[in-house]
Amino acid sequence: MNESREPAEVEGGGQGLAGEPAAGEVAATPAARMAAYIRGGGVVVPVLTALLAFLLGGVAVLLVGKDPISTYEAIWEGTGLQWVFPWTTGEDRDLAALNLQQTLIITTPLILTGLAVAFAFRAGLFNIGGQGQFIVGSIAAVWVGSEFAGMPGFLHIVLAILAACLAGAFWAGIAGGLKATVGANEVVSTIMLNYTAIFLGLYLFGLGGPLQNDREPSIPVSNDVVESARLPVFWGDPILQGLHIGLFIALGAVVVFWFLLNRTTTGYEVRAVGLNPEAARYSGMSVAKNYVLVMAVCGLFAGLAGSLDVLGWQFRIATNDIQVGYLGFFGIAVALLGRNTASGTVAAALLFGALLSGTSQRNLDPTVFPPELATNLTYILQGLVVLMVSADVLVLGLLRRGRGLVSRRGRPSRTAEEAEA
Amino acid sequence: MSAEAPALELRGITKRFGPVVANDRVDFDLRRGEVHALLGENGAGKSTLMSILYGLYHPDEGEILVDGEPVKVDSPSRAIELGIGMVHQHFMLVPVMNVTENIVLGGEPRSRGGLLDVREGARRVKELSERYGLAVDPDAVIEDVTVGQQQRVEILKTLYRDARILVLDEPTAVLTAQEAGELFEVLRALKQDGVAIVFISHKLNEVLDIADRVTVLRRGRKIDTVPIEGATEQSLARLMVGRDVLLQVDKADRSAGDPVLEIEDLNVLDDRDLEAVRDVSLTVRAGEIVALAGVDGNGQHELVEAIAGLRGARSGSVKIAGQEVLGSGVRGTSDAGVAHIPEDRHLRGLVLDFTLAENLALREYHREPFSKRGWLNIGRINTRARELLREYDVRGGSPGALASSLSGGNQQKVAVAREIASNPSLLIAHQPTRGLDVGAIEFVHKRLVGERDAGRGVLLVSLEFDEVRSLADRILVIYEGRIVGEFPPDASEEELGFAMTGGGAGQTA
Repeated sequence: MNESREPAEVEGGGQGLAGEPAAGEVAATPAARMAAYIRGGGVVVPVLTALLAFLLGGVAVLLVGKDPISTYEAIWEGTGLQWVFPWTTGEDRDLAALNLQQTLIITTPLILTGLAVAFAFRAGLFNIGGQGQFIVGSIAAVWVGSEFAGMPGFLHIVLAILAACLAGAFWAGIAGGLKATVGANEVVSTIMLNYTAIFLGLYLFGLGGPLQNDREPSIPVSNDVVESARLPVFWGDPILQGLHIGLFIALGAVVVFWFLLNRTTTGYEVRAVGLNPEAARYSGMSVAKNYVLVMAVCGLFAGLAGSLDVLGWQFRIATNDIQVGYLGFFGIAVALLGRNTASGTVAAALLFGALLSGTSQRNLDPTVFPPELATNLTYILQGLVVLMVSADVLVLGLLRRGRGLVSRRGRPSRTAEEAEA
Repeated sequence: MSAEAPALELRGITKRFGPVVANDRVDFDLRRGEVHALLGENGAGKSTLMSILYGLYHPDEGEILVDGEPVKVDSPSRAIELGIGMVHQHFMLVPVMNVTENIVLGGEPRSRGGLLDVREGARRVKELSERYGLAVDPDAVIEDVTVGQQQRVEILKTLYRDARILVLDEPTAVLTAQEAGELFEVLRALKQDGVAIVFISHKLNEVLDIADRVTVLRRGRKIDTVPIEGATEQSLARLMVGRDVLLQVDKADRSAGDPVLEIEDLNVLDDRDLEAVRDVSLTVRAGEIVALAGVDGNGQHELVEAIAGLRGARSGSVKIAGQEVLGSGVRGTSDAGVAHIPEDRHLRGLVLDFTLAENLALREYHREPFSKRGWLNIGRINTRARELLREYDVRGGSPGALASSLSGGNQQKVAVAREIASNPSLLIAHQPTRGLDVGAIEFVHKRLVGERDAGRGVLLVSLEFDEVRSLADRILVIYEGRIVGEFPPDASEEELGFAMTGGGAGQTA
């Protein structure tokens, strides 16, 4: 990835004009390159990317002396995805249903943390701070959800979610504001804000912390979210961690994401700023304002993810959870694999949700693959996907250069012919 | 045989990109000591052909002969070995290194200890530059020297590597008129010395000035090779475009109306906080084209940015139709009736990865009917785009096509269409035909005159004498940030040139 590159920078200076169109031209911003990537190859390339990641992951399994095929089979069993096939019946079906509920419980926040990264990408920004925004969102949600007992349930839930969204938006907005005012690189500031959020959580819920639970002074955990503020479970047994309605809220957010980007003046500005900030400024848009706005919206998505996680099935936050949390970070891989599009994000979130759930210790047979290694396999796959997405922009470029479709120097000639046709 | 063989011969070169044929059986030959111009519209296949010669592309068919010997040029380094040198439009220099270091880069002279022999390098550079009149300071750092000097460094670089065949890709596009003249002197000296030169251009007057023969490409095919004797701008333009082209703009007399732009005592700083625009006062009236002529870098850029609201001013006033716009930003200025065709369409004029419809909406997306309460009206945006694309004859452009898929001329039409469609009272056209071929230039010129006749004020900023004189009703000359004189459109090139280089400063200011 080109994290270190300043998206606002436009290369090429003032000389990009004379002569042949687009000759030797390089896309100006990371987002512009991403746009080129998005429109190249359709769904084929991300699918290939994922497959290749699985293949290399299989090599890793071989290296620890296990059989990759039976390992992947066991993981597949654990995801519960076979529930969708009508030939899964009887006890198998019941077990699959239980597993699928777990998969979707993890998919729900992944969709949102994916959106939090994707939205920034569309504006030419790298939001590496999804984890921090997720944490402050869950802190806000657990606080509101565990206080104010006796409030009507619906109102309580709405308030807790709102508080989480605002907290996330504020947290990411800091990075946006710093970029807009003093030009601080958002990659650095969002990473720093991740640590700030982690330590904030450790302080709040730690021993003697202001939000530590009231009953057990020796346990660094928050109060429980009160019964009435928990998200209703619509599939499965609430006692056995059934699937809560947060999934629909996340899917609703995907729809909002799409409309916001494609049907509003705000989204139009966001995309223009992402693809060519200088042209956006020339068109009368405030680039600085958009940076703040975009980051705030990203934080809102991530904060919402945190609240659904807390109100849906965790119900409390322990300092341990804060330290080992990963859902925010996985958002980066989700967005990259999903190509920063609405539908792609859902698909990629489901893939990673299934992987995380399928490799969890509860699901995986220790004789097939050691469960303590299994989660690492997921991390390996995640890393491979990120690597390969970055690499396949390159691969795509080479492919197309060979075929001369969008080849940089070939482009003028093609357009002349097209114009004629 | 090799004694009479041309220095370079391309035979039946064909290059396909997918289904598209960029070069279709092109023949081209180059003799020692001649300047052979390669002429063609944007996208005619000139750059592809030269990229093949320089080893950047491999031809699908055809062969390349150097001094009568068939050769295979599979990389630029092989091309250099064969004595082929290329000066690209975009210079490939290391800005923080000095002239000598840039020239010897890749072929550094070494002293006995294997260390870089700076003195030997400097000596050879000096020798070459004296021989061909390529005056440069060998110790100057690249980023401190002018564009014209950077180009000399590029030429010296090829000569340092013993190039006998020199390819110049639109060398004058970045030069001032005076620098172009100096370049031509250098080319003549090289010619004398037997160097064979390919001169790529679409400026007809330059081709007539420097070339011995001209080969015209159109849509990937070679149309003809003609000697320069007997060729005229008209005849070359016809070969290039395939029809008669209006090189001079028909322009009826028209009396100007009320002022649409009034600037008083405007002072603007540049990016380095130096004075770029000094005490400028000027007026543009409805129904007239006022040209701002000057050598590049004399404050035009900052002046236009200040009028358009992209840059703050230190003092002064800018009024659009009587309304002060200074400090109201781009949006406020645009809403007051200013449209602006920017000088760099890739940097500012277009979002290349946006569709044409999205690009055409850039100026007005926030206004009804294109959006309402923050919601875009995609239907209206597309309908309007379709109308504009038809009206402006943007070839190959449907509303959903990406701007990057168009040729330069058609991209510029999109930018021009958008700005004019916003129905401005003042239209700023900043180098509106830079990099365009004759057909597209003709179109843009007609539109500008049309807007003038429709009663808009047009402020034309241009570096081209011909453009300024054929379009303008009045010519203002800017030099070092000051308006140093006003001339009628029939002023001579000498008069204008004198003023543009500071000759008239102090008398008329």
